[in-house]
Amino acid sequence: MGEFFQLLVSGLATGSIYALAAVGFTLLWQASQTINFAQGEFVMLPAFFVLIGTQVLGLNLILGLLFALVVSLLLLGLVFKRLIIDPMLPHGVLPIVISTIALGILLRDSVKEFYSAEAQPFPAIFSERTLSVFGAVISLQDIAILITSLTTITVLQLFLTRTRTGRCMQATAQNRGVAEILGVNVNRMILYTFLINAGLALMASVLISPIYLAKFSNGESIGLIAFIAAIVGGFNQVRGALAGGLLIGVVDNMSAAYISAEYRTAFPLMLLIIIILVRPQGLFGTAEERSV
Amino acid sequence: MRLITIIASLAVLALLVVLPFNLKNYGIYILSLWMVYSIAAMGLNLTLGYAGQVSLAQAAFLGIGAYTTALLMKAGYPFLFGFGLSAGICFCVGLILGYPALRVQHHFLAFVTLGFNALVWLVFRNEEWLTGGTYGLMGFPRPSFFGIDTTNQVAFYFFSLTIFVLLAVILWWIVRSPWGRAFQALRENPIRANSLGVDIRRMTLLAFAIGAAYGGMAGSLFAPLVEFIDPQSFQLNTSLMLLLMVIVGGSGRFLGPVIGALLVVLLPEWLRFTEGMYLIIYASLVMVLLAFCPSGLIGLYERSVAALRARPSGSRGSEKP
Repeated sequence: MGEFFQLLVSGLATGSIYALAAVGFTLLWQASQTINFAQGEFVMLPAFFVLIGTQVLGLNLILGLLFALVVSLLLLGLVFKRLIIDPMLPHGVLPIVISTIALGILLRDSVKEFYSAEAQPFPAIFSERTLSVFGAVISLQDIAILITSLTTITVLQLFLTRTRTGRCMQATAQNRGVAEILGVNVNRMILYTFLINAGLALMASVLISPIYLAKFSNGESIGLIAFIAAIVGGFNQVRGALAGGLLIGVVDNMSAAYISAEYRTAFPLMLLIIIILVRPQGLFGTAEERSV
Repeated sequence: MRLITIIASLAVLALLVVLPFNLKNYGIYILSLWMVYSIAAMGLNLTLGYAGQVSLAQAAFLGIGAYTTALLMKAGYPFLFGFGLSAGICFCVGLILGYPALRVQHHFLAFVTLGFNALVWLVFRNEEWLTGGTYGLMGFPRPSFFGIDTTNQVAFYFFSLTIFVLLAVILWWIVRSPWGRAFQALRENPIRANSLGVDIRRMTLLAFAIGAAYGGMAGSLFAPLVEFIDPQSFQLNTSLMLLLMVIVGGSGRFLGPVIGALLVVLLPEWLRFTEGMYLIIYASLVMVLLAFCPSGLIGLYERSVAALRARPSGSRGSEKP
């Protein structure tokens, strides 16, 4: 029982990080029909911005994080939208998919070539002490990660539903044309979405890198799991992506411990295939209307 | 126009026959690899370019073909048996993989096939008793036909070239046949195609199955060419590279994947002086190309030809598609 509880908590903690990436992924899809195949690399990269800040520029951790925030918002938000997505939008979904695949390769190999091919230790943001609860060893870091990402997603959800800007963003996501007629600055709302995605990626990066170390190839598995989380939860729902992330985190952890460590990644994949076949709109999603 | 096409393809074929005699072993190996990737990419082009079904699992079929052939040849069966069986197995698996495509489209399909590729990769890596796990498989001989041994690099090249030409002709025929038109109808507008009497269920499954069989046959050639196979060669990245080959060359164009494959095989050689930068440069080129010309290199070529033609006539230059 102790072991189960322990696995549950650590699964929820990593799951909540996946949820951050998955939420960004769904927001991008809603706002601009962009399927970002480089999302995993977007989560891998900001950790290296922090490392560049702290090690190359000699900043302390707080300033390094701020530096990474600014660079992430600029590169992964603004530049990504203006330089990669905007020219591609008229061509449709598939060219964007291909272009972001290429972008992922570009980011991965750039980090490998220009920073390091080795895994880099990353400073822990939270205390790494452990607690003993009912015979289960719970790391404080896991609890802190869980609280941080859940709070972030709650705040984001409140922003989207309770503020004027958030509602304008939702209107843009639901029906671009109508939103524009009603006086919403559609382009700006889409830019906000890209910036939020960049912020979420930074957050996921900073939370996950102390656990898995910062490495150029991390994006592959993170990206795959973020897609799975987004689809399992429901492609067009923030809370769906959250639930999907948590579910995948737990499934991944439990199946590795109780079924087969070698086939660990197979279980989320099978869950993905089953969900797509049985309920393509995801566990929490609503079916998108099909246009002829 | 038709005569020009025939002359041009004969000229290219003649070049491909003469070329290996002027190259070192490594160059011939690269050419053979181009043939292998071209076959896999041609199959993917049928699924993606003609029938419009996104598949990110071509590397899995390449792998299934390679492992099937390698295991059978290690057990002493002739190559052609392995080749046929690889095509058969991949055809059936492709048929099964096509089923999700009946329910979901576009990006969902991309994710299902991507998941499938990752699952197959896990099997290659974990089932050590069968696939040798991360150590891979080696020690299978190259095939020989009618007393001609293909251990020689040139002989194997001609063998791959023959199979490539055969498969290209078959695909050419499929694409020109009513089937090919049905595939394109499926891509352009499935509902309209259905109302015109195209059985979209069957065509979708077939598009997957034939594409997969081409992947399997390419894998079947890949194993004796490289003479060593491990799971690394068939991971998701390879699927993405194959997808890029099709798109960069020009998806839905017959020669698109062949040109895309040539680029992927040659670029690392040309860009050797940049050391590790090859993928960075390639990825940047892909993004720029897609932004300016989503129909790929062939589209770019057609566009520039059209622009050149339009210039002399002057006043009526607005006929661009």
